[in-house]
Amino acid sequence: MELGLNETQQMLKNSAHEFLQAECPDTYVRAMENDGSGHATEIWDKVAAQGWIGLMFPEKYGGFGLSFLDLTILLEEMGRVMFPGPFFSTVIGGGLTLLIAGNEEQKQNYLPKLCEGQLIISLAVNEPDSYWDQQSIKTVAKKSGNKYIINGTKAFVDNAHISDYIIIAAKTNNKISLFIAPSKSEGINQNLHKTIGSDKKSELLINNLELSNDAIIGELNEGWNYIKKIQEYGAVGKCAEMSGGSQEVLDMTVEYAKQRIQFGRPIGSFQAIQHHCANMAIDVEGIKYLTHQASWNLSEGNDAKKEISIAKAWSSDAYQRVCALGQVVHGAIGYTKEHNMQMYTRRAKSAELAYGDSKYHLENIENIIGF
Amino acid sequence: MDFEFSKDDELFRQEVANFVDKELPWNWREDKIDSEDPKDRPKVTEFKKKLAKKGWLTMAWPKEYGGQAAPHIRQLIFNEEMSYRGIPAVDAGITQVGPIIMLFGTDEQKKYFLPKISNAEIDWTQGYSEPDAGSDLAGLQTRAIEDGDDFLVTGSKIWNGAHSGANWMFMLVRTDPDAPKHRGISFLVAEMKSEGITVEPIPMMWDHSRALITLENVRVPKKNLIGELNRGWYVGAALLDFERSGIGYASNASKLIKELVQYTKETTRNGKLLSEDPIIRNELATMAVEIETAKMMAYSVAWMQSKSDIPNKEASISKAFGSEMVVRLVNIGMKILGSHGELEPNSKDAPLRGIIEQLYMSSPASATAAGSSEIQRNIIATRGLGLPRG
Repeated sequence: MELGLNETQQMLKNSAHEFLQAECPDTYVRAMENDGSGHATEIWDKVAAQGWIGLMFPEKYGGFGLSFLDLTILLEEMGRVMFPGPFFSTVIGGGLTLLIAGNEEQKQNYLPKLCEGQLIISLAVNEPDSYWDQQSIKTVAKKSGNKYIINGTKAFVDNAHISDYIIIAAKTNNKISLFIAPSKSEGINQNLHKTIGSDKKSELLINNLELSNDAIIGELNEGWNYIKKIQEYGAVGKCAEMSGGSQEVLDMTVEYAKQRIQFGRPIGSFQAIQHHCANMAIDVEGIKYLTHQASWNLSEGNDAKKEISIAKAWSSDAYQRVCALGQVVHGAIGYTKEHNMQMYTRRAKSAELAYGDSKYHLENIENIIGF
Repeated sequence: MDFEFSKDDELFRQEVANFVDKELPWNWREDKIDSEDPKDRPKVTEFKKKLAKKGWLTMAWPKEYGGQAAPHIRQLIFNEEMSYRGIPAVDAGITQVGPIIMLFGTDEQKKYFLPKISNAEIDWTQGYSEPDAGSDLAGLQTRAIEDGDDFLVTGSKIWNGAHSGANWMFMLVRTDPDAPKHRGISFLVAEMKSEGITVEPIPMMWDHSRALITLENVRVPKKNLIGELNRGWYVGAALLDFERSGIGYASNASKLIKELVQYTKETTRNGKLLSEDPIIRNELATMAVEIETAKMMAYSVAWMQSKSDIPNKEASISKAFGSEMVVRLVNIGMKILGSHGELEPNSKDAPLRGIIEQLYMSSPASATAAGSSEIQRNIIATRGLGLPRG
């Protein structure tokens, strides 16, 4: 048993921390909230130059060949600073989907460019009334000669508005297949959702989108098996962001409690405040170890369904509790737009919803514990 | 990172499990055993002697004192397997008095006590809390006055376990009332048969008693002082290399949840299996998450100890969360049992041998014992997070 970081991970953590402190100050995060694209290409290029987009992809596809566990460490640091932009959606939703599902030609086609930062790829699975459930997907791909015609509506598609390609889950016969389409295709119309996290998610209105056979990623009708696997990585990746974010909220709150004077002394000397902070520390500790456990199991290729659902169920709720207590300790100032506290609170909801919320994962756990 | 136990450790876990299956003098799945109940006590002692023969009772002790200097992870596994089966395997002699004597005792004390402790021949009761000194333990008032070769001890100790059969008490007493409160305390051991000691049971709201021990001019020989005079606070706080992860909460709970899930699959209420109730399923799934969380918190403490790091915030996190998690699980369990939840263990039709009902009343007390949740949170906030003391 070894629960600590190895040397590579410690170095990665340190350099990510340093880089993000310099390149991603809160002013940048705010600017991206208000920016229509939510994405700055100079920073994206720098991230690509660090090798982070390709961190966990094999070297033969232009990546660095590190593990998902290593990526987890990087995502923790990104979560700490609320790193804006399409990193997560492109690496997990785009790149990892291609790595898991794609045939050799597709991997060669997309992954090297993606690793270099030249491609932004989004994943479109859920729909207005479908949430990680293959049965309720209504988007249909109908075969017509050597083409497919796709119709349907997708919802909450991360960063579709700046993407080059979108991977779309659609019904083929009664199964699901994945199709990759250029985002600017005729037949795809987008509307940005307005979300509390000010992150950029879109509705896709797909109307007679025509795609050739070779737009199918991997095998026909195998799409949902791919999605299940990608969802595992996505869920743990989100836990990693929440792990970093919750640690930052705790640190910021403790710092504030030491500085803020009321009744002639720092509020952090009052037990009411101390116990709020202690409860935050308890939740943060849980998020960290459950996330690392799930990520380690995934990286080792173990069946990690239990660990993943436990980590995501816990983190989704615990992160929101941490933010809620952070708000309480900060008092009125924490609710103002100019304060960083509320930026974390607004993102916690989005992190819960991504790749299965706690309700979804608790249902998985019901089966695992013998119901 | 590596979240798995080594092969050797897993083999050890299997060995412990097999040994318990063969050698335990009671059926752990069915019999409710209380190590402080005079009728159960001989069985517990019998099993401890078997553990002693295996070398497991004192596995954490250094080799020079007959232990195995077992790594923390081994201790963790042993404790996890014992808690899962509800076996009171280790006692205060093994985890506290023995190690304290090793660190601070005279040669004579070591020669006299250590073999007896490692052979499960002494039953200890802990004389720490007093009626007016609970969370503020250093405010204790039991007075020990030097009188020739003895101390004369007067005062009272409370919440003692093992009152039924304890033959020795280890205690903190005030030897210098004028010194600052932490610096006037000494660590003594006394025979319970000493003149002037009376033991009065305090029946608790569950099927169990604690004790109030009154000491009136009890003569305790000076050779029973462990460590230096007036340094008792620091002697009592010294912990040898003992696993203190708090794995017991998660381990015990993981057994309970299995039994509860099974119960819902076998129990019909209003014509429907309880296991088909979405609220029950959801609540037990939530508890499965909490149990795993408590387990990881405990593992992290043992892992830190295995690297010679000192977990203070982490141990408090594990204790506070673990003990409160059990309370939540038991509350949910009681709701699941419905009307039958109020049946006492010896009642006809008491489900799950009345375990849930007993824990419903006793588990909140375990969030109070050994440093209450509030004290743990104070520690997390001040020592762990660096917040200023109030």
